[in-house]
Amino acid sequence: MAGWLFVLTLIAALVAVYKPFGDYMYRVVAGHKHNAAERGVYRLVGVDPAAEQTWGVYARGVLAFSAVSLLFLYGLLRLQDKLWLSLGLPAVTDHIAWNTAVSFVANTNWQAYSGESTMGHLAQMAGLAVQNFVSASVGIAVAVALMRGFAARNGATLGNFWVDLTRITLRILLPVSVLFAIVFMVGGMVQNLSTGADVTTLTGGTQHLTGGPVASQEVIKLLGTNGGGFYNANSAHPFENPSAWTNWLQLFLILLIPFSLPRVFGRMVGQNRQGYAIAAVMAILALGSIALTIAFETHGAGTVPEAAGAAMEGKETRFGVVGSAVYAAVTTLTSTGAVNSFHDSYTALGGMMPMVNMMLGEVAPGGVGSGLYGMLILAIITVFVAGLMVGRTPEYLGKKIQAREIKLASLYFLVTPILVLSGTAAAFATGNAGTALNVGPHGLSEVLYAFTSAANNNGSAFAGITVNTPWWDVALGLAMLLGRFLPMILVLALAGSLARQRPAPETEGTLPTHQPLFVGMVAGVTIVLVALTFLPALALGPLAEGLS
Amino acid sequence: MTRRTDEREKGTAMTVTLDDLVEAGPEPEPPAAPVKAGLLDAKQLWKSLPDALRKLDPRVMWRNPVMFIVEVGAVFTTVLSIAEPSLFAWLITVWLWLTVIFANLAEAVAEGRGKAQAAALRSAKQDTVAHLTDGREVPATDLQLGDVVTVEAGQVIPGDGDVIEGIASVDESAITGESAPVIRESGGDRSAVTGGTKVLSDRIVVKITQKPGESFVDRMIALVEGANRQKTPNEIALNILLSALTIIFLLAVVTLQPLAIFSKAFQAAAPDTAAIDGNGVTGIVLVSLLVCLIPTTIGALLSAIGIAGMDRLVQRNVLAMSGRAVEAAGDVNTLLLDKTGTITLGNRQAAEFVPANGVDRQVLADAAQLSSLADETPEGRSIVVLAKNEYGLREREPGLMPQATFVPFTAQTRMSGVDIDGRQIRKGAAAAVMKWVRANGGDPSDEVGAIVDAISGSGGTPLVVAENDRVLGVIHLKDVVKPGMRERFDEMRRMGIRTVMITGDNPKTAAAIAAEAGVDDFLAEATPEDKLAYIRKEQQGGRLVAMTGDGTNDAPALAQADVGVAMNTGTSAAKEAGNMVDLDSDPTKLIEIVEIGKQLLITRGALTTFSIANDIAKYFAIIPAMFMAVYPGLDTLNVMRLHSPGSAILSAVIFNAIVIVFLIPLALRGVRYRPASASKLLSRNLLIYGLGGVIAPFAGIKLIDLLIQLIPGI
Repeated sequence: MAGWLFVLTLIAALVAVYKPFGDYMYRVVAGHKHNAAERGVYRLVGVDPAAEQTWGVYARGVLAFSAVSLLFLYGLLRLQDKLWLSLGLPAVTDHIAWNTAVSFVANTNWQAYSGESTMGHLAQMAGLAVQNFVSASVGIAVAVALMRGFAARNGATLGNFWVDLTRITLRILLPVSVLFAIVFMVGGMVQNLSTGADVTTLTGGTQHLTGGPVASQEVIKLLGTNGGGFYNANSAHPFENPSAWTNWLQLFLILLIPFSLPRVFGRMVGQNRQGYAIAAVMAILALGSIALTIAFETHGAGTVPEAAGAAMEGKETRFGVVGSAVYAAVTTLTSTGAVNSFHDSYTALGGMMPMVNMMLGEVAPGGVGSGLYGMLILAIITVFVAGLMVGRTPEYLGKKIQAREIKLASLYFLVTPILVLSGTAAAFATGNAGTALNVGPHGLSEVLYAFTSAANNNGSAFAGITVNTPWWDVALGLAMLLGRFLPMILVLALAGSLARQRPAPETEGTLPTHQPLFVGMVAGVTIVLVALTFLPALALGPLAEGLS
Repeated sequence: MTRRTDEREKGTAMTVTLDDLVEAGPEPEPPAAPVKAGLLDAKQLWKSLPDALRKLDPRVMWRNPVMFIVEVGAVFTTVLSIAEPSLFAWLITVWLWLTVIFANLAEAVAEGRGKAQAAALRSAKQDTVAHLTDGREVPATDLQLGDVVTVEAGQVIPGDGDVIEGIASVDESAITGESAPVIRESGGDRSAVTGGTKVLSDRIVVKITQKPGESFVDRMIALVEGANRQKTPNEIALNILLSALTIIFLLAVVTLQPLAIFSKAFQAAAPDTAAIDGNGVTGIVLVSLLVCLIPTTIGALLSAIGIAGMDRLVQRNVLAMSGRAVEAAGDVNTLLLDKTGTITLGNRQAAEFVPANGVDRQVLADAAQLSSLADETPEGRSIVVLAKNEYGLREREPGLMPQATFVPFTAQTRMSGVDIDGRQIRKGAAAAVMKWVRANGGDPSDEVGAIVDAISGSGGTPLVVAENDRVLGVIHLKDVVKPGMRERFDEMRRMGIRTVMITGDNPKTAAAIAAEAGVDDFLAEATPEDKLAYIRKEQQGGRLVAMTGDGTNDAPALAQADVGVAMNTGTSAAKEAGNMVDLDSDPTKLIEIVEIGKQLLITRGALTTFSIANDIAKYFAIIPAMFMAVYPGLDTLNVMRLHSPGSAILSAVIFNAIVIVFLIPLALRGVRYRPASASKLLSRNLLIYGLGGVIAPFAGIKLIDLLIQLIPGI
């Protein structure tokens, strides 16, 4: 009962904010006025905020900004011991610094380190938290550029990357973060610059409790679907997620932007119903996944779960099975990767669900920005096949899907499966899979999960695998980097190609892309494509384990 | 009409043309699927087999990436089967080769149908001698652009060109299949002649307008043979998607191997099977999995679908100069249709006699009939017919009335009539007749003027009838909309296509006919420039436009339109400018062309959906078969309860191959198309090819499995 209430109130809250928050975001990205702070930023960077950019210029902006961020963060981590607020921690080793820098710039937040024993306050605040903001903004900006491509009438430009980046950060992410950081502090989250305290435990032992600016970092970890925890235990840690209601609020923040972006899309293309359709596809996939995860965890097979009534291993009692299962589903349906329970300890099939969620391409609703553009790519592929069946060369929102568009969409779709499958195969072929804790199907799942999480920029870990070796750091770093920026370049190229087209008028002969039939088709295409790609690998991992 | 009879005699595929609808009466049946089935028989397959085998050449296969991968896989399993022979390995190998051959067969059969047509055309291209005006005689093949030749009765015209002197009747049946001769004359819109056609009477001088080897017949032959067939834009796009899917599956299969080795090592006690051993999944099974997953069904049929689509046009005597135009036809938003001959019957017809000045209607009808007896124009005939039908006036033979003197129509008098028994009866343009009445001392009353204005206002043409010094009344001539057109246009509207009527009439007349025919818009007093401007305006709004035309002054508009269908009777300029030529010169065919374009695209989409949907069942067959030995729990996925791992994999491969053969007729014929809105078409096709594509292979694979489990050792 409480479980149902938990899910239903979450849905209700998201439905309630869809319009107002979506409209607010639309006004932010579509407006023409700049405030003083923004003008200051433009002068500092040296850009003309009125200059419109072609897709190439926009993409160069994305890449240049991300490259600088990457170098800056890498330097900050490597020089940590020579800077302030290091809490006496040493410099981060080269391969972990590389992996972490890529991870945070790519909005992945895969953590090959343990937060409290590796990162000082400066690295957390000026390095990781800053990237939590701007990497999220970059994702949203690229999605907005794609929307502009759809909305454009025979134009060549997609807006201005620097303006989008600045506005999204200052007008969307920052105010919401400040507001909810305070709420989190009220809820019992830590927010200080303390060096920690030693306490004596009940059994007489000594424990070191690390303090820090947790609430401020926590809020953007969720709002920007980043997922990198202040503590190693992430949202299972009582300082990072104190109670059942903060747990609810965390999920709300994760889903807030991804589920409201379709509204921005609808507004942008001038047909709100197109936004509803995309949101509906996301909702169907998300609800299906959440329901299955809950079912597998509460009725999971196995001696221990059956004795306990549900699979409680690896879960916090203050969240319960449902609160944990929903969290696991939501964190992987988006590109967040924060965890409040340990996916490695889930039932075999329950543990498969987070993996499947990521394999869907994280589109239901996905990471901030990346979820929407991923979903739109799937919609384009669906339109291409479905459009033919109504006897016209396919078009989506009046834009023809021809060779160039389908080439870019296909390449986009190829990137992550290539990274996931070749990475996993390489781990086994090179013997690096041997660092997995388990052998057999569960060990296979641990390796598969790691590459799925990295390539899809999720960042959650199945755990049970030692990944802070140079091989893993480099391999996963590459997966994250390519998994983030190759798709972005392809999406921007696609946006440019769409923008140049003059839209065809909608007639009776046009494939309607806002009706339930189409919504069902996109969901179906998503599931079938993923199933076809990953089923062989899943069969040797979670399926083999779960069906035995 | 003659052509249709002709076609029946020839027994080629029939089409439901607009004329059939007209004959069917006022409530025509909706047009059925354009081409009948029964295009494929065993004989045809057998005849195409040599071609199919020739296409196994990797340099040819390479053009079809999906099937090329299958061929490479087949070569690989052949090597494996020779190295380690087993019944299972050889059966898989044979069926993989069959898969490739079936795909080639589909293409070969599609091409074969064009070859017969090409042979017929070649016979028209016999060794003709050209008689140049300077007295030289050269073989027709040596004719250069700009040469001037003389062609006399009984001779074959040596090349495409324009008549620059003379007039002749020409037999064009070699190209159009139409046996009635046509008139070709210098100047005007009937000056174009085609090489290979025969002059029946008189003598013409022709200026050659083609380069050697690029004649109309040459192009037709290349077209129907499918030689140098260019992939169309959408076909290229679809090929890209299929290639991407192939890459994904290639990757999924290749990367499976390290995982399989790891799993087998973990379950070291599991027995080796035909599918998996210590070295991982066997090569034979990996290739089988790959071939079953990549979209072979649509990959095999894609090119056949394209060729067949072009072929369907050729069967309707339409030559598409580019495949792009055929696809564009499916996308057309706006149809520009000429009024005369397309929307209305060719000529105006008498609809009513309106008496004036208190004259009896019967008297007017009688006078009108008398004045038209010698008038052989369609308008004149229609007056006689109306008088007979409405007033029971029997037709009188002009020859039986020796006392009558008929006055023919001239451009100067603008009226015609008869002098009989002292009565002078005239009919003609209102102004001319009234002037004549005044000259005879009479006074055409204001009432006549009012009637004339009313008829003009309603879009009709008034013909005033007068006897000596008084006006008897007015004949109302009007355009008659072909029966069934309104229904046809309603249908177009449901498909999202706007119909626009083009006419030289004034806006009032045009509006009246447009309303009666039910078109969405009209362009009155249309000059060629107006047409061009209208097309540009539509295209500015992102719409695709189709039109027909025949005159030289139509050429710019034909070139601008996305689908420009030139009439074969038209000038060479028009034929050059359009991207299709209709050999029957039937402007209503535009509607059929649109349907063929749509059908082509739907067939592609439907078979792609079917192909991908098939994969689900194949997974349920192969995945458990591959790994059951290692993880027995995976047997849960064997929902079809297939006999053994070997039989399961073999069944999937066999199903994958024979489904291609089963679908060849569908690919050639095209899926059934009925005009309907996009949502309706989508739900229908999704149900048949999507859901059907999921279910059919479950049944098919199980059935095959039931049979092959009888083979010992499988």
